[in-house]
Amino acid sequence: MLKQKIQDLFVEPGCAKNQAKSDKDRKKGCGKPLTPGAAAGGCCFDGAKIALQPITDVVHLVHGPIACEGNSWDTRNSHSSGSQLYRLGFTTDMQNLDIVNGGEKRLYKAIRQAIKRHNPPAVFVYQTCVGALIGDDVEAVCKAATERMGVPVVPVNAPGFVGSKNLGNRLGGESLFEYVIGTHQPDDVGACDINILGEYNVAGELDQFRPLLARLGIRLRCSITGDARYLDVASAHTARANMVLCSQALVTLARKMKEKYAIPYFEGSFYGISDTSEALRAIARMLVERGADPTLTDRTEALIAEEEARAWARLEPFKARLKGRKVLLYTGGVKSWSVIQALQEVGMEVVGSSVRKATAEDAAKALERLGGDEDKLADAITPRDMYAMFKDGKAEMMLSGGRSQFVALKARTPWLDINQERHVGYAAYDGMVEMVRQIDLMINNPIWEQIRKPAPWEV
Amino acid sequence: MALVINHNKPLSTSPLKVSAPLGAAMAFLGMEGSLPLFHGSQGCTAFALVMMVRHFREAIPLQTTAMNEVSTILGGSDQVEQALHNMVKRAKPKIIGLISTALTETRGEDMAGDLKGILARSKDLAGTSVVYCSAPDFEGSLETGWGKAVGAMIRALVPGSSSQPPLKRVNVLAGCHLTPGDVETLKEIVEDFGLEPVMLPDLAGSLDGHVPDHYVPTTLGGTTLEQVKGMNRACLTIAVGEHMRQCAETLEERTGVPFVLFDRLTGLEAVDKLMVCLSTAAGMPVPDKYRRQRSQLVDAMLDGHFFFAGRPVAVAGEPSFLWTYASLCADMGAHIVGAVSALPSPHLSQLPSETAIIGDFEDLEDQILEAGGADLIIANANARLIAGRHGIPLHRAGFPVFDRLGAAHQISLGYRGTRDLIFTLGNILMEHPGHGHGTSLPVQHAEHAHGDPAVAAG
Repeated sequence: MLKQKIQDLFVEPGCAKNQAKSDKDRKKGCGKPLTPGAAAGGCCFDGAKIALQPITDVVHLVHGPIACEGNSWDTRNSHSSGSQLYRLGFTTDMQNLDIVNGGEKRLYKAIRQAIKRHNPPAVFVYQTCVGALIGDDVEAVCKAATERMGVPVVPVNAPGFVGSKNLGNRLGGESLFEYVIGTHQPDDVGACDINILGEYNVAGELDQFRPLLARLGIRLRCSITGDARYLDVASAHTARANMVLCSQALVTLARKMKEKYAIPYFEGSFYGISDTSEALRAIARMLVERGADPTLTDRTEALIAEEEARAWARLEPFKARLKGRKVLLYTGGVKSWSVIQALQEVGMEVVGSSVRKATAEDAAKALERLGGDEDKLADAITPRDMYAMFKDGKAEMMLSGGRSQFVALKARTPWLDINQERHVGYAAYDGMVEMVRQIDLMINNPIWEQIRKPAPWEV
Repeated sequence: MALVINHNKPLSTSPLKVSAPLGAAMAFLGMEGSLPLFHGSQGCTAFALVMMVRHFREAIPLQTTAMNEVSTILGGSDQVEQALHNMVKRAKPKIIGLISTALTETRGEDMAGDLKGILARSKDLAGTSVVYCSAPDFEGSLETGWGKAVGAMIRALVPGSSSQPPLKRVNVLAGCHLTPGDVETLKEIVEDFGLEPVMLPDLAGSLDGHVPDHYVPTTLGGTTLEQVKGMNRACLTIAVGEHMRQCAETLEERTGVPFVLFDRLTGLEAVDKLMVCLSTAAGMPVPDKYRRQRSQLVDAMLDGHFFFAGRPVAVAGEPSFLWTYASLCADMGAHIVGAVSALPSPHLSQLPSETAIIGDFEDLEDQILEAGGADLIIANANARLIAGRHGIPLHRAGFPVFDRLGAAHQISLGYRGTRDLIFTLGNILMEHPGHGHGTSLPVQHAEHAHGDPAVAAG
């Protein structure tokens, strides 16, 4: 039952924030209650799609009316090094009559048609609000299709109205655990295989840290799900360690993989220089504990020393150009405190940071970086207040997701995209240098002086 | 004449359609001080909002009633009421377009009745016009929702026929295939005939990308409620696009103002008709400016037809978009080898192609393959995958165009818009010699075909 599954997800022993709650609060779930008329953000289906869409070689089929897929296909900037099949939009495009008669037959035919034309290793079928409301049994259809067509057809039961995007990420993870992981036994299992959970290869960021791992002889068995192939995900249970990136999204999957396959996991981040180093250390430690060559520890330290020195040296020239510039950080997924550190290192002043989706631990770290000034830590800033900050000169630049970009731009203020739609990767050492370079390019762009001058007739 | 084919496939691959509520929201965005509201789960709003933000590169005011599991079962009337109160408190909109979605329509709510009750007991909503529009996602596409929203606004906001004599005013019901740039151009043309245009809706006022001096939580401009209230005193209504026919009829029934429907305003003869119509309504000759522009268009056709003649072109989009672009290319002598429409529409059988398919980008790809290739695709940005796979140049137009700048200012309307479009398309065709169908084989290619004289001599 979906209801039971969601209730189970609301109790997560692996999540510190969840464990700090009372039983009653825990039942309410993780998302804050939404205010009608003042809500923003994606639905549960959106979250499931974000978590699973990056699997590149499968058909992602959405069972619902046109809005769910027609308004969103091929918009997530997750890169592939191989198959492009994941970029096609597949939907049953439910019509009036399907609502009346039920859409199960249409869904079954759609699965058959997709397999016939594209011959994928698997089909993922996403339930939506309307399919759920009229009682279409997606799980039964997928089961029948799997048996008759001989291709795994994986149900993803995360209709929009059951909750937030975050819940959707986690329900997506549940589908992988239940139907995919552990279904394939690879013949090349190694002592230095790891998985990275909650990594979506946005703007090709995998290429910013996969080479670092490769230099240490560590193989990324599977990124869940950035640039993943179906068989890689199915083989993920053979890895020796799991790293959880976007912790609130897939920590439950990591915990369950630990319980079932004895794969230890840790939460870490590749955003920020010291975070990247910490992550590499943790990976090496776990692998050595599980029997990898003990020299890995020293080799990792050597690599960290070399890369850190190189990164700080590359940041040096930006100091003069960015010193004292006031920046507002308004992020969701990217860990803000490690970004704060990098910005401060090049001499920028972080005048505010949002901790909307951060864990208590992350918020505490961010507060420490900001010198304990609680005023600088905001839960959410209204667009009106944000606009005033730019107009009053309290902030000279904003780093945020696309949703709030026009608040900055219409206030004639530089803005940099650091959300999932971005086109530049900011991961690991090279990524952080690139981010600072981008900040420099934006904040010191010649347009600002021109467009802030009034028209000649207004003087 | 085209044979219209509707496979009604159970699986839509790479959809051409977008949702009807999105179309409805876009129409409400053409009103001043407007804040549309989707009655559905918050994802319905998020997807539509992100899509419009990416296309227009503007902030899009759009809210949600944020339906959850409980309200989906028990009914969403409370959610609507709360949402309206919150929106009025925070943004003070002048008009709220309340738009249903598949979720709430499947439930079967009596939204119109509920809304009456809410408005009757809420004093704080007295200063805001709330217009209800039923637009379930499981019926139609962008044009459908747009038409429904314009119709809902006419019924809710335009007064009945006036006893006073008509003014030198022209109502313009602009279809959703017109960009803000097109709407602005049409407005100027009407004004140049000494007539006062009232656009319904007016995307040129709100989504033309301008920078206001202060923070605005609603639309940045558009048609005002006062203007809409004066639509019953117009002497004429101009409707652009077949999908505006029903709205034009509704407006005529309501106000007695007669309408003229233009299936398109791109192409020499199409624009000629507009000029004659406005000239008659205004009782004045066509201004010199347009005589000159017409002459320029004629010249553009003379210069451009070489590059269109016989070239295979594929077009996909909403019916009015498809009609406009396919007709222009055919006017210039191109051969329409692919025509895919997101929706059925009666006039599609008149398209200048052998077949027209009601379908998706997969159908477009199949048509192109059957035709042995195409030299140009005209469609929205989602055609980039097909275009890339087959190495066919893509002219991005329609909705959405998220990977190019200036989608809102692409103009194809009027003599000048047609002239510039011919240049743009002609240049693409000139640069890409194509499959050997055309007149423009590259020189070395042609020589090779006849054997290299130097080699022959040796």
